[in-house]
Amino acid sequence: MKPNYDIAVIGAGPAGMAAAATAAGQGATVLLIDEQDTPGGQIYRSLSRQNLKDKAILGPEYYAGHKLIAELETSRVEYCPGTTVWQVSEEREIGISGNGAARLLTADQIIIATGAQERPFPVLGWTLPGVMGAGAAQVLLKTGGVTLPDAVFVGTGPLLYLVAHQYLRAGIPIKAILDTTPQGNTFRALAHLPKALADLPSLIKGRRWISQLRASGIAFIKHVGDVRCVGEDTVEAIEYWQSGQWNRIETQAVFLHQGVVPNVNLAMAAGCEHIWNNAQLCWHAKTDKWSQSSIPGISVTGDGAGINGAKSAEISGRIAALGALHRCDLIDTAARDRLAAPARRALAREVRIRPFLDALFRPSQNFRVPANDQTIVCRCEEVTAGAIREAVDLGCMGPNQLKSFTRCGMGPCQGRMCSLTATEIIAQSRNETVANIGAMRLRPPVKPLLLGELADLAIPPDEPNPKVG
Amino acid sequence: MPRLDRNGDTSVSIEFEGVAISAFEGDSVAAALLSNGYRNFRDTPVNGASRGAFCMMGVCFDCLVEINGIGNIQACMTEVRAGMHIRRQRGARDIHAQDGSL
Amino acid sequence: MKHPDAIVVGGGLVGAAIAYGLQRTGLSTLMLDEGDVALRASRGNFGLIWVQSKGINFPPYASWTWDSASLWPTLDAELRDLTGDVLDLHQPGGIEFCLSDDEIKKCRGDIRRLHAHAPQVAAEMLDHKALSKMLPGLGPDVVGGRYCRGDGHVNPLSLLRALHKGLLTKGGEIKSGSPVRSIRHQGGVFTVATNTEQHQSARLVLAAGLGTRDLAEMIGLDIPVRPIRGQNLVTEKLQPFLPFPCATIRQTGEGSVQIGASEEDVGFNDATTPRILNKMAARAVTIFPHLKQARIVRVWGALRIMSPDGYPIYAQSQRFPGAFAAVCHSGVTLAAVHTLKLAKAIAEGALPDAVSAMNPERFANAQT
Repeated sequence: MKPNYDIAVIGAGPAGMAAAATAAGQGATVLLIDEQDTPGGQIYRSLSRQNLKDKAILGPEYYAGHKLIAELETSRVEYCPGTTVWQVSEEREIGISGNGAARLLTADQIIIATGAQERPFPVLGWTLPGVMGAGAAQVLLKTGGVTLPDAVFVGTGPLLYLVAHQYLRAGIPIKAILDTTPQGNTFRALAHLPKALADLPSLIKGRRWISQLRASGIAFIKHVGDVRCVGEDTVEAIEYWQSGQWNRIETQAVFLHQGVVPNVNLAMAAGCEHIWNNAQLCWHAKTDKWSQSSIPGISVTGDGAGINGAKSAEISGRIAALGALHRCDLIDTAARDRLAAPARRALAREVRIRPFLDALFRPSQNFRVPANDQTIVCRCEEVTAGAIREAVDLGCMGPNQLKSFTRCGMGPCQGRMCSLTATEIIAQSRNETVANIGAMRLRPPVKPLLLGELADLAIPPDEPNPKVG
Repeated sequence: MPRLDRNGDTSVSIEFEGVAISAFEGDSVAAALLSNGYRNFRDTPVNGASRGAFCMMGVCFDCLVEINGIGNIQACMTEVRAGMHIRRQRGARDIHAQDGSL
Repeated sequence: MKHPDAIVVGGGLVGAAIAYGLQRTGLSTLMLDEGDVALRASRGNFGLIWVQSKGINFPPYASWTWDSASLWPTLDAELRDLTGDVLDLHQPGGIEFCLSDDEIKKCRGDIRRLHAHAPQVAAEMLDHKALSKMLPGLGPDVVGGRYCRGDGHVNPLSLLRALHKGLLTKGGEIKSGSPVRSIRHQGGVFTVATNTEQHQSARLVLAAGLGTRDLAEMIGLDIPVRPIRGQNLVTEKLQPFLPFPCATIRQTGEGSVQIGASEEDVGFNDATTPRILNKMAARAVTIFPHLKQARIVRVWGALRIMSPDGYPIYAQSQRFPGAFAAVCHSGVTLAAVHTLKLAKAIAEGALPDAVSAMNPERFANAQT
């Protein structure tokens, strides 16, 4: 590894792989850092060593990732797996950790492509062992083909139906699907339908998953108004509110899902300006048309800059790389614009369906802002919704004061599982918009770092001051 | 928990709470435990509540276990190695108890 | 509209201690606080109640500090009874580690000078062997340390919260998101304007940390404070191993190990830097080598409120009777005297004699 690269890319999902390969293809020295042992991100997770016999289970969209992985593997990218990035500074100094040692390096351009995570789904009992994300269930499918039979799937959003459908394809029994999609969403989504119709195959595919799930005999319960997971030391049942009463299903596994949100911790800790996206109900980095953030030389691309899915992420990654190459003076303006033109056209096609999906699967307020005061919001510090509302009564105006009054967000997950919920609770309690309440301030290290690694960190002799992009 | 059919897996033997269990190379510790029917991975240091794997992607820090004497290790981010001794993480990590390495 | 008897500007540890203290003497008190994002030293401090190094060259500060440490159990009990909040107060004595003979020499000299005017502090030097008996796991490169039985620590965030809660419980008022834009004085009444509101009172206390400088100018006081950055880091929760608070390392009630005490003059920049954190971590693992294996969970930078000589500043306006200012970087240690003594004196109309030497005029004198 070198002390400096033209371009460092963080995250080897579709956006990061495409950005790194594109940049290396134009002659840049490129470092691609990823915490997993194989490339692919969550969407193509474990693809390069996937050995499921039945390829129909994960489907062609998953195996399509081979093309991008091959492009990365044949490129001149220096790929650094099994390595976490614990800081990116405004001066473009990157702190990494791998194999028990930490080090600092710099890059003239940094492309953050840290993808997405599942949106928190704070309901009573969501901390019980056996309750997981639907995305987590899919990770288990992709790594070792592990399944949890007789699970109950709960929530809304394409990933929920996809994973359930993958279980169906694999012949793994599902106890029930509890659909929490609010009733009014369909109507609100209709306004975006004409544009989405341009991507008819995707629409048809989604409809087919749902109709096949319903036709399969699995209990598919719509318009679920509330859920709670119950059990002593592990989940034993899920109870749901529908048609004016609580119903109960015995189960040892619950998969929750209500969409994905950008993984903002690294970019926020770097100091990149973030904006509240009210259509997607999440924060994401503010970027220009080349994915550059508010900090010169630091780009945020892929789902981390707003949820648009894997294909869009790949294209955005290429556009971000072209922008970074241009700022490194490795390509001229004409070349940048010429190379980006087809990518921009492809991106425009890809994102047509997104407003429709955002509206159709917008999670309802009561699943984002738990009404029950007993519901745990901060899983690490076990802070309840009631404790957050009490802190608001004490004068807390935002998530940062909240943190010091309640410890909400102070645990090892660094707010990843609670900050959206906490901020929305404060906004509702204060009758304010989330944008006005503001985000939880994040600081490096955004990934675990041992005190010993920090103590042994070799400090480069000079203060970081790479050339300004 | 059933595994889907796969080609050419290499099985490895690990230990959870003193019980020998089998897993496959490439499994995360979390996947290995879940596939053997274990869902409860730890007690929290705050209230002693039970927790298990939740996000499976290194985000939530709920799947913490003790491996070869080292506490608070993310089970979903750690690959199994033959002979690993895994225990539930009981409350706060005891840093003196470490007696080995990954 | 009824005016409060007192307005306190600043909702940090100093402001909240004084506001709560005023309210408990029976003065209806309004505390104006800033919003979610502000330069908040009170959210970034270390949590020590520290005596052994305070006022070595300034007897009034040493005795003011000693008084506060002695009064802390009273404040703790009162806040617990009132709010139900547990502050994790422990005063088992504290240690400052020495990693070289030079550090030993300096600590020894400090004790001699401190004891000359404050023998009650009773600090003592301990060698490696004595410290090892108190602290299992102590690293071999710790030469010795200074121990003082008057030292302790507390959860500073719980303290801040309890003071706010206590103020409200006693009937006081807090207005958050209310940075003060102007202060006027007319006919014995102060009019304090925020972006949206005006508040009036005959008694005004400025305790807004680094913001005090600008506010104090509005009432003709010169409070020359500047920021000194401190970086802090906190580990994952560990089983209890450190029974004493130490000058740069303490284990909190939750089990986390907090490491701190960097000092940098970098203006209003509260960022953290690997260069400083590296030094802090290296010192910490020298003191307790097993901490090498501890994971860092959070790191932060915060800005101390520093006067030219490092000691607190307590001021009362001669031109505008009823106006006071209080700033310091030891809001935790001094919380007990601020609540139980300073506020009482302010309620009665004048600063206590104990702080008369800590007036801002001392800097003007120093310049002439």
